[in-house]
Amino acid sequence: MAFIRSEGPPRGADSAPAGGSAAAERRAWGDQIPSEGPPRGADCAPAGGSAAAERRAWGDHIRSDRRLAAFALVLPALLVVGVFFVAPLVLSAVGAFRDADGAFTLAHFAKSLDLYTRDLIFTIGIVVLSTVLIAIVAIAIAGYLTLGEHPRAVAVLRWLYRWPLFIPFVVAGQIMRTFLAKNGMLNHVLIGTGLIEPISAQSMLDWRGIVIAFVWKQAPFVTLLLAGAMAALERQHIEAARNLGAPRWRVLIDIVLPQVRGTLLVGLVLSFVAMLSVLSVPLMINPNSPTMITVDVAYRINTFADYAVANALCLLSLLLAAFGAAFYLRHAVRKVENA
Amino acid sequence: MSAADARRSANSAPSGGSETAKPRAWVDGTSGAIAARYGQNVLRALVLALLAFAIFGPLLNLVLWAFAEKWYFPSKLPLEYGLTFWRRVFAPRGNALASLGTSIWIAVLTVIVSLAVAIPAGYALGRLKLPWRGLILLAFLLPQAVPNLPVYVNIAQVFYRIGLAGTISGVVLVHASHGLVLAVWIASAAFASVDASLEEAARNMGASAWTCFRTVTLPLAAPGLMASAIFVFLESVDEFTGTYFVGVPDVTTLPLLMFNASMGGNYQIASITALLLLVPSIAFMLVVERFLKADVLAMVGR
Repeated sequence: MAFIRSEGPPRGADSAPAGGSAAAERRAWGDQIPSEGPPRGADCAPAGGSAAAERRAWGDHIRSDRRLAAFALVLPALLVVGVFFVAPLVLSAVGAFRDADGAFTLAHFAKSLDLYTRDLIFTIGIVVLSTVLIAIVAIAIAGYLTLGEHPRAVAVLRWLYRWPLFIPFVVAGQIMRTFLAKNGMLNHVLIGTGLIEPISAQSMLDWRGIVIAFVWKQAPFVTLLLAGAMAALERQHIEAARNLGAPRWRVLIDIVLPQVRGTLLVGLVLSFVAMLSVLSVPLMINPNSPTMITVDVAYRINTFADYAVANALCLLSLLLAAFGAAFYLRHAVRKVENA
Repeated sequence: MSAADARRSANSAPSGGSETAKPRAWVDGTSGAIAARYGQNVLRALVLALLAFAIFGPLLNLVLWAFAEKWYFPSKLPLEYGLTFWRRVFAPRGNALASLGTSIWIAVLTVIVSLAVAIPAGYALGRLKLPWRGLILLAFLLPQAVPNLPVYVNIAQVFYRIGLAGTISGVVLVHASHGLVLAVWIASAAFASVDASLEEAARNMGASAWTCFRTVTLPLAAPGLMASAIFVFLESVDEFTGTYFVGVPDVTTLPLLMFNASMGGNYQIASITALLLLVPSIAFMLVVERFLKADVLAMVGR
């Protein structure tokens, strides 16, 4: 990102006034600098009781003013998130506990658990399995990109792994829908190479299809974050360990991975949450029971306009996401304590 | 990253270009060691080939479907190739072109809305002293860290009541509230990376706060802001779930069209639409590091 402009800051005032008058000038508009720390005026104030006190009061005034201005700059964005994200979330939580007359009830949760417990377990299984597989793939690829000693293989891998990076879930669903079908390319290749008999070819458009689509789409994202963090590491430890004869997988697990654990967790939590709220992939690959909670939510709304049970199901999936977030936060806190 | 590469290649150079940098390998350069290295090369090529198949196989399958006129069990490849379905998709009265137009129009509006609020917010978060800064950053992380389905479901219900459901503005608001988040994070990282002393120099020479922002800070942060604009654009073009709930029944974006074609069993139309959606995604994937270094990307999630 070499983007330093050649002309740099405006050179208008080419004759910088020397000595004392420069300091005076700086003091004059010091109150406008949007920088941290106490206002300039305060620290270069010459002694002399009341003048300094006055200036300090002035500084406090400016500071609170500036904080207000900073807050005003953030406010519109906060409002958009508040109105179009947080408020609907609250509505969802409220709607899940209210019956037709507006009284408190747990009936919607009872009905959700009654009808969809299997799907809840199915969802947890899919998302956890996908997350684990994504972690393994990402660690393997990012590790080789960092520690690989065959330059051409590293270059090829770096070019290769990221193709699905920005492919939307809905397209990944369509791609896997044709690739994993009984008549899809995967089966033809497996039969062609003699790995399976034509008779045992089967459609993988069930839980396996969802997991494959998730890993295919999300692993490059986590790998990108992880490889970035690994590239930023100091290489001295790695090289020292290598010189002492440690095999590369030991270096990866014992030296590299502990230092990038935070980045890995961030990537995995974001993927975990994304997979929990994807509707298109399960809808296209495996719409029949048992399926993922998102499909059930869409079904309750489109077929019965049953927002109450839909909200209860949503809240249950929020609960799952909270487990993921808590897992991440606990590690983040432990990291801070250790530091 | 390039520095790391250089260091890596520099450090593997003395061992004579071989990929086993351990001194032992060339001390006993017996036939056994050579065979082992040969086996290692074959294994490496095999793993890379498998990975290439895993990544490009599904994509190739999609391309085949896009050009297949006839393809049914048990033939391995399409029985006939042709452009009949392409002509149908791009027919002047076809709804694919209309959906493409809708998608791009919504994405452009989403970028404008998102950046209009994200640039000031990013500047304040990246540059200014802000009370409860951590809490505010956390609030902007929320839409990424919380499943979006409940939000879409309930916002669709509210929009239906106030007449925003099924309108372009309704969909733009939903997309913007989500795209905004990434935009704020990237913009604040971009502004934070601008060297403060350059701003101070400009201010020292008498530039007003606004002139300084316009002529120094903004141009220096431009690559990051550009990246956030592209991110928001892509996210809006690719968005499915929100449009599915809020846009119904009048707003049909490209992902919705693709989904409907696929569920209707028309794999050719679905695959052609999917290819259209792939173009911006892959183009961005190829240039992403020109805008954002991986370590900045890694900073975004922190």
